[in-house]
Amino acid sequence: MISFIVKRLLQSVMVMLTVAFVAFALFNYVGDPISNMVGQDTTFAEREQLREQLGLNDPFLVQFGRFVGNAVQGDFGLSYHHKQPVSNLIAERMPATLELSFISALISLLLGIPLGVYTALNRDSIMTKIIMTGSLIGVSLPTFLIGILMILLFGVVWRVLPTFGRGDVVMLGWWSTGLLTVTGLKSIIMPAFTLALFQMTLIMRLVRAEMLEVLRTDFIKFARARGLPRRSVNYRHALKNTLVPVITITGLQIGSIIAFAIITESVFQWPGMGLLFIQAISDVDIPIMAAYLVMIALFFVVINLIVDILYFLVDPRLRVDRVSGSH
Amino acid sequence: MTLFKKSLLVAAAIGAIAMAAPSQAQTFKYAFQGDLGSLDPYSLNETFTLGFQGNFYDALTAYDENLKLIPALATSWENPEPNKWIFHLREGVKFHNGNPFTADDVIFSWKRAQTDGSDLRGRAGQIASMTKVDDYTIEATTSQPNAVLMQDLTFLYIMDKEWSEENNTLEATSPSDTNTNNYANLHENGTGPFMVVERQPDVKTKLVRFDGYWKDIKSNVKEIEFTPIKQAATRVAALISGEMDLVYPVPVQDWQRLDEAKGVAPLTGPEARTIFLGMDQERDELLYSNIKGKNPLKDQKVRAAFAHALNLDAIKQKIMRGASTSAGTLIAPQINGYNAEIAKPYTYDPKLSKQLLTEAGYPDGFEIGMDCPNDRYVNDEKTCQAVASMLAKVGIKVDLNAQPKAKYFAKILATGGFDTSFYLLGWTPGSIDAHNAILNLLHSVNKDAQQGMFNLGHYSNARVDELTGEIGKETDPAKRQAMIDEAFQIVKDEVGYLPLHQQPLSWGVRDGVSVVQRADNVLDFRNIVVPE
Amino acid sequence: MKQALKRFFDGDLWYSFSHSPVVILSAVITLLIILSAIFAPMIAPHNPFDLASIDIMDSNLPPAWNEFDGDMRFLLGTDDQGRDILSTILYGARISLLVGFASVAFSVVLGVGLGLISGYAGGRTDTFIMRIADVQLSFPAILIALLIDGVARGIFPRDLHDELAVYVLIFAIGISGWVQYARTVRGATMVEKGKEYVQAARVIGIRPGTILFRHILPNVTGPVLVIGTIHLALAIITEATLSFLGVGVPPTTPSLGTLIRIGNDYLFSGEWWISIFPGIALILLVLAVNLLGDWLRDALNPKLR
Repeated sequence: MISFIVKRLLQSVMVMLTVAFVAFALFNYVGDPISNMVGQDTTFAEREQLREQLGLNDPFLVQFGRFVGNAVQGDFGLSYHHKQPVSNLIAERMPATLELSFISALISLLLGIPLGVYTALNRDSIMTKIIMTGSLIGVSLPTFLIGILMILLFGVVWRVLPTFGRGDVVMLGWWSTGLLTVTGLKSIIMPAFTLALFQMTLIMRLVRAEMLEVLRTDFIKFARARGLPRRSVNYRHALKNTLVPVITITGLQIGSIIAFAIITESVFQWPGMGLLFIQAISDVDIPIMAAYLVMIALFFVVINLIVDILYFLVDPRLRVDRVSGSH
Repeated sequence: MTLFKKSLLVAAAIGAIAMAAPSQAQTFKYAFQGDLGSLDPYSLNETFTLGFQGNFYDALTAYDENLKLIPALATSWENPEPNKWIFHLREGVKFHNGNPFTADDVIFSWKRAQTDGSDLRGRAGQIASMTKVDDYTIEATTSQPNAVLMQDLTFLYIMDKEWSEENNTLEATSPSDTNTNNYANLHENGTGPFMVVERQPDVKTKLVRFDGYWKDIKSNVKEIEFTPIKQAATRVAALISGEMDLVYPVPVQDWQRLDEAKGVAPLTGPEARTIFLGMDQERDELLYSNIKGKNPLKDQKVRAAFAHALNLDAIKQKIMRGASTSAGTLIAPQINGYNAEIAKPYTYDPKLSKQLLTEAGYPDGFEIGMDCPNDRYVNDEKTCQAVASMLAKVGIKVDLNAQPKAKYFAKILATGGFDTSFYLLGWTPGSIDAHNAILNLLHSVNKDAQQGMFNLGHYSNARVDELTGEIGKETDPAKRQAMIDEAFQIVKDEVGYLPLHQQPLSWGVRDGVSVVQRADNVLDFRNIVVPE
Repeated sequence: MKQALKRFFDGDLWYSFSHSPVVILSAVITLLIILSAIFAPMIAPHNPFDLASIDIMDSNLPPAWNEFDGDMRFLLGTDDQGRDILSTILYGARISLLVGFASVAFSVVLGVGLGLISGYAGGRTDTFIMRIADVQLSFPAILIALLIDGVARGIFPRDLHDELAVYVLIFAIGISGWVQYARTVRGATMVEKGKEYVQAARVIGIRPGTILFRHILPNVTGPVLVIGTIHLALAIITEATLSFLGVGVPPTTPSLGTLIRIGNDYLFSGEWWISIFPGIALILLVLAVNLLGDWLRDALNPKLR
């Protein structure tokens, strides 16, 4: 057990280093950070001096080594554009992204599971066909267009929801939340739905498929044969067995939600990490880009690790497989 | 209008009013496409940042609504000898924390603006030395005569010496490691009419009125909330939905929508920025072309053929929706030194263009690569596409490479080795004077002397170089104007550049809100009046 | 051949296909779009990529049936450069489909190959490949594509960008999708590997390559086809999303996604046709492909019959 976890941790560190390395290699190509940090009249001697001070003239490996050395101490340097420690900026923005991701995961679960169950139980009804096809339309359009059309309808034509931002936020310690104010709640509706559409379809389809499988299994047939009420069979037995893979997948999808939040955030000017990242790309703000990518990688590695450890604990077969496999 | 009727109207217009923060009267909310770089007045020499900071800082001089120079913290100035200046400072001015403003603050600010992290070293460096005569008089020297010194000082804001020392912010904010957590980056203590009370970079900046401001101003605004909104559609939506009092820039194609929407209107005017095309006239072979062994753009006829192939009127009507001013020279009417006679555009004459190409030896045209930004100027990429299509009609096949400004500038500027054959650029002379444009765009490239640094195509003419120096020193307006005219006329005759237009300023404003739209696209809070 | 055809038409697949109007409709739409994309140069009224033929003065014209400004030359109106919308859709679908099909093909080849190797070889190789797969799967496709695109733009000379943009996209989208195939194929391979016929084949000295391709691969084509179809829809959408983030194909040779992105600028100004028509084309295409994928999955899954 311990050796398994240690091994996985080491692998995770390798993954993080790889991500950081690739990300860093990339930064040479996103543009010239200096021309975004100074005005048009700034002389080239001054630009060169700044470049030197920032260590941008150092060999690639030196820059990379310095970055890793600082990053393990939690120091991601100063943002070129904001001239503030990147860790502060990310800490400021993280609550917005996490709240958005959480709410949209919640929406996709709350809508996706019942719809999935319904379409599985009523396989051939007209309603099922409509739901199945309708859910596909939602994922057949790019997110950015859906977002802008929603703004146009709910913000401009009907004027019932705010078109941008988070509304008023309340500070709970260092965590800023928009979930405790009316404007905050109203503001999260459109972005959360936009972000949830894709996951909702995914979860609905997954639940449906799993339900269909489970309903065919012997123990459900047996339960039915025993004369247990239909409702109890469907929900107590079938759904329960369905939920394990659904929750696993949802867990793994959280990462994907956070990444897709980049687009939603930039359409709705949602002040989260995704917006920070997109802005950093156009400002060539290398410290922010590097920190964001490493954060995302960390996030995924941790989720993966947790899932693996859970599986390890749950499924003894895996234990043999994995351990023997990694020798 | 009765209170009831008014509130009914507001409710109808905004729908659920609760979504906006409990909005007190005299709160002004606005959005721009980006955020200011820092609150530190020396950290970024860029118009939006400096313009915004001008609401909580003052400089010795300022621009009024028409970009005319007016006194600010200096009440008057003298230039007794070519290199000697005397500034008389305003008495009774207080910083936001109550500290009095004196000559020490000016000298401190001038020094701070020349520290390592400062991006305003160019402006501050115009002055070689400063000495205090008394608390409200300063004597300064320049290393060479400078006709536009006071213009250069409009954006050199004055900080409080005591405050800066207390908070240990003696050097300008810079991203280099020497300067972690500079206090002035997120805090200010200026003399301006507004004080920053909340600052979340890229999210929100809140300001309140400073009651002790030294000057009577038009504005009745008590509180200002600024939000950067990057996406144009979202920005416009925020205005129409009633969440914003002012947004800019507004895409020119959305003007009609704003006209038709209730309660909002577009506010437009000419910007002092000229958009033009530049051509590589130096290399012996173009970097991006199918013509090998020679550079067709060195031939004046080819450049003229380009000029006559461009239908500026079509660009104006279709791309800019009639909102731009077609240009024939590189400076705008608001710029000191402008001459309407020279500013007449080249004629649109595709036949002549074809003929010129034939005479130059390219009857079937040729291929050329064009560089273009896609997020810098008003409809920049669309303009380049239109240019490509117009040139295609005379046989020039343009291969368009449009990219975000970060990559674009990294490629075409001196730092990228002027890596371009044909490009689109915009220029506003920072000093609102023609000399700045002539020095940067027309003078031969000389890296050491920092001349012609934005003359990316290496246009070069000995007489223009000579004139540049003269114009910089000449203080007699008539003589100076004659030299400016001569320089621009030479460039025009040689077709050194292909001017396109002055792009429009494009703002969207809520009805009843009164603002002044300055030609340098700066929003001066001093002029904002909201309905009581 | 005749025999094979007969078997196909008598088979369950054809039965379920011919008895579902929605599926038939989807197939017809998909086919129609594919054909019109292939033959775009012949059927499109204009060539929107030919700069000399477009005129800025024709820009932003509404669809032909608009009583004020409609122009019979441009059935669905024109965009901001004066290009015929119908023609740009036909040419745009070409690029979207090219990116879609090619990136799926790339994923399939990579994923199936690695899956077979991983499942058959087992041990260290398997762990290594699956570890990469884990990392890759947990990294969102959009971010991977963004990174790849960034690197590619840095590596290749600048004047080649426009020509290479499409291939870079194909590679970027393709490489972010191989894991699902690899996992599916690996599982199937591991099951097959244990079966007696494979053991027997090994004993009589048939080379692993032959075993993999002749015996194991045919057993996994069903699931691969299903994933591939869904993936095709996803790839087309991903391309559109990337174009919103500014890393798509150049606007002079637009895909459907690029067209929608350009049209976005004109949604508020009432020139809806610039984005809505390409949008409809995209919905139709992606929806039809998705429905086909759905049907294929149900039809190929014996458990659900």
